[in-house]
Amino acid sequence: MKKSYDVLIVGIGGQGTILASNVLGDACVIEGRHVRGAETHGMSQRGGSVETHIRIDGKFGSLIAPGSADLLIAFDVLEALRYRHFLKEDGVMVVNREMVVPTSVFSAKLPVPQMDDVVSELRSGKATVILVDATEIAAKAGSPLAANIVLLGVASHQLPLSVSSLAEAVRRNVPQKTVALNEQAFAMGREVRS
Amino acid sequence: MAEERKKQYLLGNDAIAHGCLEAGIDFVSGYPGTPSSEVVDTLRRVKDPWYYLEWSVNEKVAFENAIGACWCGLRAIVTMKHVGLNVAADPLMTSSYTGVKGGFVILSADDPFAHSSQNEQDSRMYAKFAQIPCLDPKDVQQAHDMITAAWDLSEKFSLPVLFRPTTRICHSKSDVALGEESPSPRKGEFVRDPKQYVVIPAHTRPLHAILTKKQPEVAKYLVEAGYNSAEIRGTRAVIAGGISVSYVEEILPEDISLIRIGAYPIDQNWLADVVAKHTEVLIVEELMPVIEEAARQTATTTTVHGKLDGYLPHEGEFSSALVAKALMKAGFLTENPFPTEPAQEVVAVRPPILCPGCLHRSVFYAMKKVFRDGVFPSDIGCYTLGLQMGAVDTTICMGASITVGSGISHACPETPVVSTIGDSTFLHTGVNGLINAVYNNANQTIIILDNRITAMTGHQPNPNTGVTATGVPSPKISLEELARACGVSFVESVDPYDLTDLLETLKAAKEKPGVKVIIAKQPCVIMNKRNGVKRSRYVVDADRCVKCGACIRYGCPALEICEDGTSVTTALCTGCGVCADICPAGAIHRGGAKQ
Repeated sequence: MKKSYDVLIVGIGGQGTILASNVLGDACVIEGRHVRGAETHGMSQRGGSVETHIRIDGKFGSLIAPGSADLLIAFDVLEALRYRHFLKEDGVMVVNREMVVPTSVFSAKLPVPQMDDVVSELRSGKATVILVDATEIAAKAGSPLAANIVLLGVASHQLPLSVSSLAEAVRRNVPQKTVALNEQAFAMGREVRS
Repeated sequence: MAEERKKQYLLGNDAIAHGCLEAGIDFVSGYPGTPSSEVVDTLRRVKDPWYYLEWSVNEKVAFENAIGACWCGLRAIVTMKHVGLNVAADPLMTSSYTGVKGGFVILSADDPFAHSSQNEQDSRMYAKFAQIPCLDPKDVQQAHDMITAAWDLSEKFSLPVLFRPTTRICHSKSDVALGEESPSPRKGEFVRDPKQYVVIPAHTRPLHAILTKKQPEVAKYLVEAGYNSAEIRGTRAVIAGGISVSYVEEILPEDISLIRIGAYPIDQNWLADVVAKHTEVLIVEELMPVIEEAARQTATTTTVHGKLDGYLPHEGEFSSALVAKALMKAGFLTENPFPTEPAQEVVAVRPPILCPGCLHRSVFYAMKKVFRDGVFPSDIGCYTLGLQMGAVDTTICMGASITVGSGISHACPETPVVSTIGDSTFLHTGVNGLINAVYNNANQTIIILDNRITAMTGHQPNPNTGVTATGVPSPKISLEELARACGVSFVESVDPYDLTDLLETLKAAKEKPGVKVIIAKQPCVIMNKRNGVKRSRYVVDADRCVKCGACIRYGCPALEICEDGTSVTTALCTGCGVCADICPAGAIHRGGAKQ
């Protein structure tokens, strides 16, 4: 029954998940393919956990069912953990090796999660986990804010979209004066191999 | 190639806005409310528009502005979220009697699952209540196509048309085929017709009869126009409405009929025929059982399943996976196409929080310090997030912080009451409550959280901003003078970043009887960032930090605890400096690079 390739992009409000999903959506339109996307607006945006659904070749609803996403792109390891139940058993996750500790941890005096523990938990399942120092790579490309585009570069090896459509979609979506920087970020992401 | 160029990956609300341009709208008004806001936000950013556009102070005002334009023969749209329609319900209920001359579309965006709302009400009920047509699109493309045709429908029957997208239409994206924009040549002209526009009893009685007579004609037309259609494929059927149609289409077996409901009122004769062709039907619709009740009324021998017999929930948002479960239960599907839902991880919650440097945080902090035994009615906006600080005791609807606070002050004369309300919400419906509080001698402190913008919904300007929706300068209202004109004698403006002054002002207010108004003024930090305002970061001197955690309890996301127990500020710091005032050891000082 399933004909779409489903990608869930997760992160924290303000990290650029929506821009990343727009790149995928535009790449689909460039290739003349159907696409559906769902995103979080309004109240939930203020520093909260956010999820963006993208269904490449999708013709119906925009929501991905838990357990059925082909690819999970996470801007933060904790968010990868929070949303990994959306991924199908043998799915792939591209995860930025970054961790913003939720304020709730400090206010509720919970133990502060450790990067190594979170990563080994992510690796404990059957999913393929590609961990990337996307923020660091983006900084080398010119700005840590381009981490989202680095992650797309990494994910481009998984996506059923051509590199040229993705690159064109990146150019269309980033601010005019950061095009070269983001092209570089995308290229550097493509070079990452797990 | 032309076809190719026209397809775009668009947000539902952007596609709807484009449909407005294709229909040649003349007049746009609305009040922001998630998930509806981007329709006007998109239209107001169009360069050199041929139409008039405003953000109004509330939905009733927006509605009445728009109907005035329609009575002059113009095509108008008014936008709001579902609860905004409650505010505009008064003119709505009579606008169906008066009818319209130019087409009139009321966009009321529903929010199943209450992603960003205080309830899950169903605007289709309002359409039924007011006896006007309602359009309920199944996806973004249909939302675009339906709204483009909605003014023709409105003009055909001289009725306002309710257009009801849900969050998953408004905030979904899709490849959308667009048409050409169609600039309007219309000029407004009001032709006097008191029998139509002055609803004294003698006029309104015949108008009601005319409205009743229109109903079956509208219902019949909505089938003829293809909004409601039946694809007969077997002896069992699913009848789905709105976005649920898309969820059903994804998974429905080929031998089950699919009845698509995209518009109301549903023609009862047509529905009776369709239902009678099947032995069993399952109704799939979010929120109220509108289709289901109609189907149950017409069904004679057909078995009807839906919400009323527990096949589907009354609450929340649907999805293909949820619909699949209902189809399984009904035996319409033999194998669930979706995997069993895997277990969710337990990860520390990351709810939306007040931004670093937000003025609301320092106000709530100070308020809690001074009014330890106080009750804190609050309102709708970013500051509802003050709930996490224990500074929000009630929130029910726009403007209710002051009025609920007055009620509590009369009910519990010994309890100090401090109401918090944003500037936009105050101007929306709060000001009436202030007038009432003064008039009836309430004993309460009212803090207007003045960030000069309607922040939560995406930073729309309001009468307190000094600029209109289209960027034209306008006089900035004086909240101080407004409060004084209402009869308040204690009116103080404070800088919420100056914690000492804020605390003193609150203490002074606590000492005085009657209505006290404090206006806490700082621009929204997101707007500051966009406008290039920069302040030096604050840093913690680790040697002087006594690890008391006072700054951490303040809850600012820019403060964290190190492994050794000392506090540290992060790159999120916007330099408000409130934590420096809180630190008992004087360990926090200005010093970081400008952010």
